[in-house]
Amino acid sequence: MGTSVSSGVGTDIRTGSGTGQGTSVTGAHGNALSRRDFLRVSVSAAGGLAVSLAWPRLGTAGEAMEPKLPPAVSQPLGAFVRIEPDGRIVIGARGCEIGQGVRTSLPMLIADELDVPWSAVTVEQLDYGLEESGTPPKLVSRYGPQGAGGSTSVRDGFDELRQVGARARWLLIQAAGEEWRVPAGQLRTQDAQVVHPDGRTLPYAQLARRAAALAPPAREVPLKDKSAWRIIGQRVRVVDGRDIVTGTARYGIDSAVPGALTAVIARCPYFDGAIAKVDDSDARRIPGVRRVLTIEGPLPGAPIDRNLAAGVAVLAEDFWSAQRGRQALHITWTPGPGAQDSSSALEQRALAAFDQRGKIARQDGDFDAARRGAKRVIESTYIEPFLAHATMEPPNALIDLRGKRALLIASLQSPRGASGMVSAMTGIAPSDIEIQLPRSGGGFGRRLENDFVAEAVLIAQKAKQPVKLIWTREDDLQNDFYRPFGIHRLTATLDAFGNVNGWAHRVAATARKYRAAGMDDDDPDWIGCVDRDGFPAGCVANYRAEFLPVEFSLPRGWWHSPLPTFSAFPVESFLDEVAVAVGQDPLALRLALLGAPRELDYRDHGGPKVHTGRIAGVLREAARRIGYGRKLPPRHGIGLASHFTHGGYAAHAIEVAVPEQGEWSVVRCVCAADIGAVVNPLGAEAQFMGGTICGLSTALNLQITVKDGRIEQANFPDYPLLRMAAAPDVEVFLIDSPFPPVGAGEMGIPPVAPALANAIFAATGKRLRRLPLGGQLKT
Amino acid sequence: MAIELTVNGKPASFAGDPSMPLLWYLRDHARLTGTKFGCGIGYCGACTVHVDGTARRACVTPMSTVAGHAVTTIEGLSGAGTLHPVQQAWLEEDVPQCGYCQAGQIMTAVDLLRRKPDLSDTDIAELTNLCRCGTYPRIRKAIRRAALALCGEHA
Repeated sequence: MGTSVSSGVGTDIRTGSGTGQGTSVTGAHGNALSRRDFLRVSVSAAGGLAVSLAWPRLGTAGEAMEPKLPPAVSQPLGAFVRIEPDGRIVIGARGCEIGQGVRTSLPMLIADELDVPWSAVTVEQLDYGLEESGTPPKLVSRYGPQGAGGSTSVRDGFDELRQVGARARWLLIQAAGEEWRVPAGQLRTQDAQVVHPDGRTLPYAQLARRAAALAPPAREVPLKDKSAWRIIGQRVRVVDGRDIVTGTARYGIDSAVPGALTAVIARCPYFDGAIAKVDDSDARRIPGVRRVLTIEGPLPGAPIDRNLAAGVAVLAEDFWSAQRGRQALHITWTPGPGAQDSSSALEQRALAAFDQRGKIARQDGDFDAARRGAKRVIESTYIEPFLAHATMEPPNALIDLRGKRALLIASLQSPRGASGMVSAMTGIAPSDIEIQLPRSGGGFGRRLENDFVAEAVLIAQKAKQPVKLIWTREDDLQNDFYRPFGIHRLTATLDAFGNVNGWAHRVAATARKYRAAGMDDDDPDWIGCVDRDGFPAGCVANYRAEFLPVEFSLPRGWWHSPLPTFSAFPVESFLDEVAVAVGQDPLALRLALLGAPRELDYRDHGGPKVHTGRIAGVLREAARRIGYGRKLPPRHGIGLASHFTHGGYAAHAIEVAVPEQGEWSVVRCVCAADIGAVVNPLGAEAQFMGGTICGLSTALNLQITVKDGRIEQANFPDYPLLRMAAAPDVEVFLIDSPFPPVGAGEMGIPPVAPALANAIFAATGKRLRRLPLGGQLKT
Repeated sequence: MAIELTVNGKPASFAGDPSMPLLWYLRDHARLTGTKFGCGIGYCGACTVHVDGTARRACVTPMSTVAGHAVTTIEGLSGAGTLHPVQQAWLEEDVPQCGYCQAGQIMTAVDLLRRKPDLSDTDIAELTNLCRCGTYPRIRKAIRRAALALCGEHA
């Protein structure tokens, strides 16, 4: 057997931990070796993947278990790789595909080290892989981290998954060595073949059976040098693109199991409200409606670790009947404690909060002294709204509870959280909960929460049959974990020479850490709201970042590049304001503040270090590409902004035209990024293009507001995502970077809003300090 | 009385609620799940299909209105094993990200190209289908590419 080390479940990043319940260990464990024991891959103590290509030697336990395999069957080489008799190389994709491209990029890592042509590769989505192993039995992850969040998939997988490919290749070389009676060290591989020193070749397909019977390498196999990469760095198209364009790709909402009823829920529109009275007699008369039942919401004030709201579920033979049943319900709600509250009242409370002293998230030098001695003080206040995720595929979940086993099919970002939640709610061991991972119609952080899974479980438990829960768009916009609302007050002090010597960033916001089940007591209160180590922290001698929590009842969550997006707009807008105030060019001011290229501490997600030279690098590249400094037509302006996001660096340069009369427009939109080595440039460019469009959409038009305790927005017309007409082409430039890869999914958003606001200022002299900008552009 | 219609060239019959939107008939009864649910109010376009060759938002198209008509979904846009030039262009430009809206985008683009074979960017800008991932620039390129391909086909 192999050398796998088991020490706990997979390592979804902490923002992906969902309920935080995923690590429970259950006791019962059968003795019989199952087939998948031989495919075990587990997580090392350090969180890395210990790949145990643990297919057993023939003649060991494996043979006792299963009939001897005939020669022509496909041969698995570890948990991720299978070689078919016809030469096809099947590679497992472990991640949740939410549009970030991991179903393509992660198998590319394996294929490159395996040394097979991409055209020979078939990618198969892996289920969530949890199993019990060892004595006493512990939960182990078969495939390593499978969640999607924080742009971590490529970063986490880069060495692990290349090692998977390298180990499978190592086995194939050993097998060829045995076949030819040649030392393995004299053999090399090329295009899915092992090559003999005399030029003879053996295709992998012919070696797979022998290779699968060998003991796996005892230690890590050396990886290729960058110069030998054949697939990494190539422009590879979405691997299941054909399924998508022909309508056969399967999403969570497309799932079906025999006997499942479709459920919709009328949820209490007041947060922490309750059901006072239900009359379901009309609903039950709708043809196709089979059951009407109620579910409880969270206890007021308690952590929101399951579903968001009390509600009345209607179960029917199809969606339309369920929806008609729901419309026929007569429900009286008891409003919750926030029933009188509104966004305007919240804004007043947040502004008033600045009269208090908040919690200090970072302090360098003595800002107060700098302010007292300042030649000049500049101060501005910026306002950012709540945001909803609005995934194109609304939340949904199919759950089938079968006694001691369960099946969950849903579009997820945190299968680990879902597994823990289903287990906690049902008592079913996590290793007995099968979780399939279909494509997700977007994620953006919404599916890091599994509240919709909890709802499906609650309904299925009451109904005692499989349930497919579907949310409508209205359900989605009005029942979210929203990006926090916040007001930022920034203050810069200038010394006698006009240099910035003091910087204070005060944030009055609805804390992200609010009834958050996945957070610990020792997580700081400002988590997700104060980018304490973000630029210009570390570049200004007297610096202070401060958090002022403001009460509000809406649940909060991680929203697509959460903290960077929240912080970039005020900081990068204010940098421009300071530049204007001191009469310096905005790019020159940034470069002067960044100073010599060096690493600074960055303690939040994406750290532990941030490199000032890489920030300067993307700024310079964006500026160069747009022709920064060139003479522009009247009423045109170029705005710049950059941000360090989850370990990656991006800058935008946007040129706008804002005529005195008529429509304003984006003339050019440039994005430069440094994300280290790029696994799939075609996919990475798509991520930055999409991130930029998302950034524009959000900056211009998106906000969630509350009046009388209820969300005011109901469907897309109230939450108007950008459409074709307003979406500019995005020129993406990826810097040839010597650094290891990070992700690409989130870095493209944060600089967009400030670059746009800076461009509008450059064109018009009008400074916009409130998001969304759209309404303020109308003349 | 059952509603008789044609779905992807095959006769079909539906005896349920005539007010049921075509979208839910397709997804829940015909088990054609390529047509997607996005908003339910005909705004986002994820559910776009063709009725007698013209783009229609299936989530606001009652079954009663398609009796006797021919419905084409993304699954029926091209023959088995082949791709419509628009689908082909979509692959060549690597348009999809999450992919959820793409069936609707493609069905809408096919309709636009049928109406305006010599389309301009202004025509493309009329498209109102939403894409949350922001694939619009590649959609534009794919439509231009498909326009060229279709032009060659008809030449």
